[in-house]
Amino acid sequence: MTRRAVGELYDTAFNAAVLDRRLASIWSTPPGLWGALSTVDHKIIGRRYITTAFVFLALGGLLSLLMRLQLAQPEARFIGPDRYNQIFTMHGTNMMFLFAVPVMQAMAIYLVPLMVGTRNIAFPRLNAFSYWIYLAGGLLLWVAFVLDTGPDIGWFAYVPLSGPQYAAGKRADIWAQMITFTEVSALAVAVEIVVTVFKQRAPGMSLDRIPLFVWSMLVTSFLVILAMPAIMVASTALILDRLVGTHFFNPAEGGDVLLWQHLFWFFGHPEVYIVFLPAVGMVSTIVATFTRRPVFGYLGMVMALIATAVLSFGLWVHHMFVAGLPRLGESFFTASSMAIAVPAGVQIFCWLATMWAGRPIFKTPFLFVIGFVVIFVIGGLTGVMVASVPFDTQVHDTYFVVAHFHYVLVGGAVFPLLGAIYYWFPKLTGRMMSEPLGRWVFGLIFAGFNLTFFPMHILGLRGMPRRIYTYQPEMPWSGLNIFISLSAIILAIGFLLFFIDAIRSAKSGPVASGNPWGATTLEWATSSPPPPYNFARLPVVGSLKPLTDHPGALPVASGLRVDRRELLVSSVVQALPEAREPSSEDSIWPLWAALATTATLIWSIFTPWAVVWGSIPIAVALIGWFWPKGVPEDES
Amino acid sequence: MVVLGLALLRRRRPAAEDANSEERLTTAVSAAVAATVVIIAGLTIASFYTTRSIGVPKSAALTITVRGQQWWWQVFYAGSGATSGFQTANEIHIPVRTDVQIRLEGADVIHSFWVPSLAGKQDLIPGRSSSLLLRAEKPGVYRGQCAEFCGLQHSHMAILVIAEAPADYERWAASQREDAMVPADMDAAAGQVAFLAKPCAACHTVRGTAANGTSGPDLTHISARQTIGAGLLETTRGSLAAWIADPQTLKPGNNMPMVPLTSVELQNISAYMESLK
Amino acid sequence: MSNGISGTPPESYFALGKPYEADAYNLSQGKRLYAWFGCGICHGDGRGGIGPSFLDGWWLYGPEMVSIVASIRDGRPHGMPAFRDRMTIEQIWQLAGYVQTIGSYTPKVVAPSRNDEKQSRPAENRGPAIILFDVGPAAVHPDQGPSP
Repeated sequence: MTRRAVGELYDTAFNAAVLDRRLASIWSTPPGLWGALSTVDHKIIGRRYITTAFVFLALGGLLSLLMRLQLAQPEARFIGPDRYNQIFTMHGTNMMFLFAVPVMQAMAIYLVPLMVGTRNIAFPRLNAFSYWIYLAGGLLLWVAFVLDTGPDIGWFAYVPLSGPQYAAGKRADIWAQMITFTEVSALAVAVEIVVTVFKQRAPGMSLDRIPLFVWSMLVTSFLVILAMPAIMVASTALILDRLVGTHFFNPAEGGDVLLWQHLFWFFGHPEVYIVFLPAVGMVSTIVATFTRRPVFGYLGMVMALIATAVLSFGLWVHHMFVAGLPRLGESFFTASSMAIAVPAGVQIFCWLATMWAGRPIFKTPFLFVIGFVVIFVIGGLTGVMVASVPFDTQVHDTYFVVAHFHYVLVGGAVFPLLGAIYYWFPKLTGRMMSEPLGRWVFGLIFAGFNLTFFPMHILGLRGMPRRIYTYQPEMPWSGLNIFISLSAIILAIGFLLFFIDAIRSAKSGPVASGNPWGATTLEWATSSPPPPYNFARLPVVGSLKPLTDHPGALPVASGLRVDRRELLVSSVVQALPEAREPSSEDSIWPLWAALATTATLIWSIFTPWAVVWGSIPIAVALIGWFWPKGVPEDES
Repeated sequence: MVVLGLALLRRRRPAAEDANSEERLTTAVSAAVAATVVIIAGLTIASFYTTRSIGVPKSAALTITVRGQQWWWQVFYAGSGATSGFQTANEIHIPVRTDVQIRLEGADVIHSFWVPSLAGKQDLIPGRSSSLLLRAEKPGVYRGQCAEFCGLQHSHMAILVIAEAPADYERWAASQREDAMVPADMDAAAGQVAFLAKPCAACHTVRGTAANGTSGPDLTHISARQTIGAGLLETTRGSLAAWIADPQTLKPGNNMPMVPLTSVELQNISAYMESLK
Repeated sequence: MSNGISGTPPESYFALGKPYEADAYNLSQGKRLYAWFGCGICHGDGRGGIGPSFLDGWWLYGPEMVSIVASIRDGRPHGMPAFRDRMTIEQIWQLAGYVQTIGSYTPKVVAPSRNDEKQSRPAENRGPAIILFDVGPAAVHPDQGPSP
């Protein structure tokens, strides 16, 4: 701190109570609708994100129940083929793009700034913008579905079925444009996370002291940044093909149908890890807390994360083994698909070793972790099986694959996520979720899940292709299908119970203590729910488990101003303090920018001129957003 | 079968892992990781050689071209020298213990040819052609189904592969090469007249008559096929009549329109269809 | 309608939803029928050939659905055959809706886009007749018979 102008106020000048009052007055979100619309607090936005994503989860779950209703009997006529195609497309699209990816990023928006000990996420207004864009994309898709123009082309929308000739109307355009919305919001969040982790860590939190959840979100964010452009190119090319008559995917004019599949899966496979890696971080956190010891092999875990991320870009062709590609290429992708089992194995072994060496406490979050390990290992095994070309040519596009990816995604991501919700619920709301109910939820979901999805392996091996709206009575599939449909009810009751518990506990659950699970990471160093400024004085970190080292009060850094929003920028590797950086004030402009972008994107489904005219309101909104505020950017 | 063997081998892996991890931590974990690497490498190599052995291109005695259409299979048997080729739909006859090459073409969107008991699946991609080797060891009827989502009636796009003794196959092929039978009884003759006068002939071919449409399946020998509507219904006079009367209820969204017919016309046309052996 | 061919629509043309002109499904079905029934043999990609062009923006019998349907159903002098025995009336309406799209001056939102084949003219959803409108010498468009 070199120079101090007259009239600037610093936190060194105040005692705790006064400091809290002053910080609260500058960091808190003003009450009322306007305040809610213009807030940039990462906790408020993170909570919104999580809630919205869970609403989409519930909606997607309802769709799957409708599908199970239709498939319970052969040649059933509850739902016609047109509606059924919309439903399964909506289910897949909704779960992947509106639930799985956003909910993971939402957890990161809420937790990462707390875990690295800073006051707000980097680029807070971009954060607000990303939420509005995500919400708009979700609404676009669901409103279209309600109006019977929901996409009906499958969640990977293969051309030519999604192309201009075979997908009449605007259904495929809605799908492609919804992709644009979710990609923009996902990319924005990824950039925020990377910058927050690299530049805003608490003093002393060098790279080897970063909590594993933060590591996993950092790696995930890089995956998002590298993988999402591929699908943006693909969906934009699809819209251009459909709207202005380009020929990216038209073989007669030199385009290529397989180009779509390459672009889509170049994104689509890393996508799986975008969903899975955050879950790995959650599992590591929960395992460490409930076994009362740090996760075994910290370095190995981080390396496994990075190795998974790198390998995930070399697997995409295993989705295309039956497309008639050269055999040598297929062998390469078999090898890489098998190889990714190694880092996954490293992680599993490290957790098992941690559990073996620790003293496990069987609370609900930990139960979900155990469920995760069981289910994920089964999913991983079938994954190794489908990586083999000869096996895959039989089970590809059958219910075996449906079972496989539900084991990997629900087992690998939703179980840890539910555990994480139970684990961090006191942080989010200041209240505990019900422990006995939690055990019921776990039991029902675990049993319901396995009873629903394990028989699908068998159905697939008996030759039932996926995405069929009905099947004939003479096929040997009806017994298992009715069994699956009934089991799905158990699964649904489990989720219903979870939602009831979450809503009830948020209102009237028992008040949580400061650190209810005895965790070791920084987010528990502040009150629950945290104040708008997160930490009154920024903590200083000396190890991987700061809260165990200093059970009373953490050492803190001071010297930040209290008359404006300010946080500390630190160096990438050692996290040495470098500068004080102002953090942005509340602003309504992200909302205007999001509305302008939404209008332009939806309009551009109908005419290419929307891009020209729509750029004007977007430009106005951005100018308002970036209008100079007259504050110096940072101070050393 | 090899694949099944591999699968069983794979299932043994988790047991080994769990046992390993219950020893000293570091060594146990490294040992488990090393074991995984070895197993994975082994599996990869096994998979590699299986692929090689399955996919060795052999010279095929017979080549059949299959075109995937929304939502049926168009099948061409090429002629050779003296014999003429012919066309059929949704049903392939092959001689047993013979390598048959199936050339796959996509006519509109991507479909996937999959007869589980005979071979793995292979996509039919517009703008590309691919091929697949079928070999049936035992005579029988092998059911297949489209395996790549292809639109509304993806669920009802089945194909039958009928493997039979070479002599039976030759007899079948010879009868398929013939033109359609001339209707023998009154009903069928009236049906033929109606068939040609109504819109039917605009989409369907019946060789030997004026009907030469190409957008629907070739009906020259429809009654010799086991099913109609791509595996939807058994070929009987009743099901033919039901299909002609209202194809959109039986297979919603398919490309056959409902043609208004009087009940007598419907009876006659289905009689005519039934006579096309 | 025992024998298929009468006019079908009104019922005030399905309560003015005008599905054969304003419904993406019917228009793209019409596009397939255009190919299946060999319209292109005479009318080419819409630019004409043996038969008149749709893309030049000239409608010999007017651009109304009724007259296009009548042309397809009953045929016209100078070579346009009658399709009343070959298509159902629903198909004729679908095809007519599509033909109207080819020669329309304002692009319809629901118009089908280009085909997955060689492109020889702008796609239907771009309003190709605006782009390709051709005033032409009068003799190019001789009288083809009385308007309905």
